[in-house]
Amino acid sequence: MTRFVVRRLISMVLVLFAISVLTFLIFQVIPNGDPAQRMAGRLSTPETVAAIRRTWGFDQPIWQQYLTTMKKIFSGEVISYTQQVNVLDQIKQDLPATLSLAIGAGIIWLVLGVLFGLLSAIRAGRFTDRALTVLALVGVSTPVFLLGAVALYFLAFRVQLFPNGGYVPLTSDPPQWLYHMILPWLVLSVLFIGIYSRVLRSNLLDTMNEDYVRTARAKGISERRVLLRHVLRNSLIPIVSLWSLDFAAVIGGGAILTESVFNLHGVGQYAAESIAQLDVPPVMVVVMFGAFFVVVLSAVTDVIFALLDPRIRLT
Amino acid sequence: MSDVASSSSLAMSGGRKPLLDVEDLRVAFRTEEGVVQAVDGVSFHLDAGEVLAIVGESGCGKSVTGMTLMGLTRSPNARFGGRATFDGRDLLAASDDELRRVRGAQIAMVFQDPMTALNPVLRVGPQLVEQIRAHGDLGRDEALERARALLERVGIPRPEERLRAYPHELSGGMRQRVMIAMALSCDPRVLIADEPTTALDVTIQAQILEEVRRLRAETNAGVILITHDLGVVADVADRVAVMYAGQIVEQGTLDELFYDPQHPYTWGLLGSIARVDRPRPPRLPAIAGTPPSLADPPHGCRFRPRCPHAFERCGELPPLEARAGHPDRCWLTPEQKRTKRRVGGQIGLAHGDEEVAA
Repeated sequence: MTRFVVRRLISMVLVLFAISVLTFLIFQVIPNGDPAQRMAGRLSTPETVAAIRRTWGFDQPIWQQYLTTMKKIFSGEVISYTQQVNVLDQIKQDLPATLSLAIGAGIIWLVLGVLFGLLSAIRAGRFTDRALTVLALVGVSTPVFLLGAVALYFLAFRVQLFPNGGYVPLTSDPPQWLYHMILPWLVLSVLFIGIYSRVLRSNLLDTMNEDYVRTARAKGISERRVLLRHVLRNSLIPIVSLWSLDFAAVIGGGAILTESVFNLHGVGQYAAESIAQLDVPPVMVVVMFGAFFVVVLSAVTDVIFALLDPRIRLT
Repeated sequence: MSDVASSSSLAMSGGRKPLLDVEDLRVAFRTEEGVVQAVDGVSFHLDAGEVLAIVGESGCGKSVTGMTLMGLTRSPNARFGGRATFDGRDLLAASDDELRRVRGAQIAMVFQDPMTALNPVLRVGPQLVEQIRAHGDLGRDEALERARALLERVGIPRPEERLRAYPHELSGGMRQRVMIAMALSCDPRVLIADEPTTALDVTIQAQILEEVRRLRAETNAGVILITHDLGVVADVADRVAVMYAGQIVEQGTLDELFYDPQHPYTWGLLGSIARVDRPRPPRLPAIAGTPPSLADPPHGCRFRPRCPHAFERCGELPPLEARAGHPDRCWLTPEQKRTKRRVGGQIGLAHGDEEVAA
């Protein structure tokens, strides 16, 4: 177990290092990306630009700039170029919306994905299965920005069943929070439900042909028990790993489109705005933040794997 | 259908009712290649305390026969015909629920590959307990105690520890013992053992067979032993049914089958046993060709395409009837058979190009 934790911590450091270097370098080569020029504005004199460059350290070598940025990130003093506010404060402010979105949608897509996958597998080849297959295909191939916009147009604008986007903190008004979150949750979940139900369906059908499932049937236990205890449990393992990675990605700002369409002001929307302004510090922080969650959750996934399947050892 | 009637009346010749009576069993599966008639008019009976061996090559329908009795082949693509009477009821006509109460309790099955037949993510104990509790109203602890006693009975040392073990922590022979313990957990009256020793080492095979023999004696259960291994058959069987391409081609007592085999396919099986007590042949004799596709079986005798002794009449399907003591499906006369089955001084199937020794 200690070995496992140490290994994971080392790999986390490596991942964060690699991803921060990459992100930093990408912004160095993007055209028109000179931050001093952008900060100074279009009508600035060369002197102003040079002054900004000196103050912010843009005249130093790249590796020096990288080290300075990283130092600022880890000491919590990192300031964005455009708005010149503390990036970590900004993320802290945006995190509740993103967490609300990720947790709610994560539960919905896991439950519905498993449910539809199970239904589809039990009724394989029959009408329910075919209908769910078509639905999954539609769900997977509909872009979130389209689905979100259509949902907003019909359910918020025409019928006014739901609010027209925005986020209400859970701490200030729980019913309003729920009311504002339902539509984003569902829209974000659709894609994942489609993928998960298909993956689970094929896993279940594979597992149903396993010898030990035949043994379970031969014991004379109920079909329901065969399905839940012997088939489903063994089929859930890949779903667990999919879920934790997707969930981590959404927390780490991966739901950029959903957050933007519904104007939730979450971490993803913050990342989107920062990218649009070529604002390096927030982008770096969000990217590393996301990578951190992915690494942590994949470690958690391995622990869950080991619990689900005794043949897997943590190394 | 006259052949079926004759064989089943023969089956009943003992006068009393057999434990299990299978009449004209037919199983067909709809597949992408068309309808596969996996079992085509199979009839046999099984008495308490008796071991009936069903022998044949892979794909001849022996496992499907066994699994169908348990209802394990039921699916939207399967079609069944005939009757399988157990305890006054037809297993083929029973509802899924009725059948569920029978299987695991009165009819139990041991499968071929113990490495994959146990659920890898559950401990051995709960897997045994699950079956015990499905068929009786024992509490958890009582069921666990029964599971422990069962493991002890099938010769597993330190059973308390094994109950807490996962299948991957046990050896193949150990796992097959667990499977046998599981099959015996509700004192079944019929035990179907589908190639129970095929996946095991020879030494372990002998132990497992010894276990089967002992349990048959102790519990008086009827055993259907499905195998392709005539050595295993010679070891434990009382009666033998030889299956080929979905049909029984010969059926008789162990002695009848081994010393007076009537069907050329049986000769071929007997001839292809490697024997250490005879001079080593230049090449291990084998039956030429492969079994026919059951989606499109040959007309007439199913074995005709591979049989060196085929003649005109073989274009017509021979009925399963007794021509020389026990029933078989071959048009040759008993006298012809006695001559043709001698190959090099032993029973065997002559190759097409070889002269049949007189």
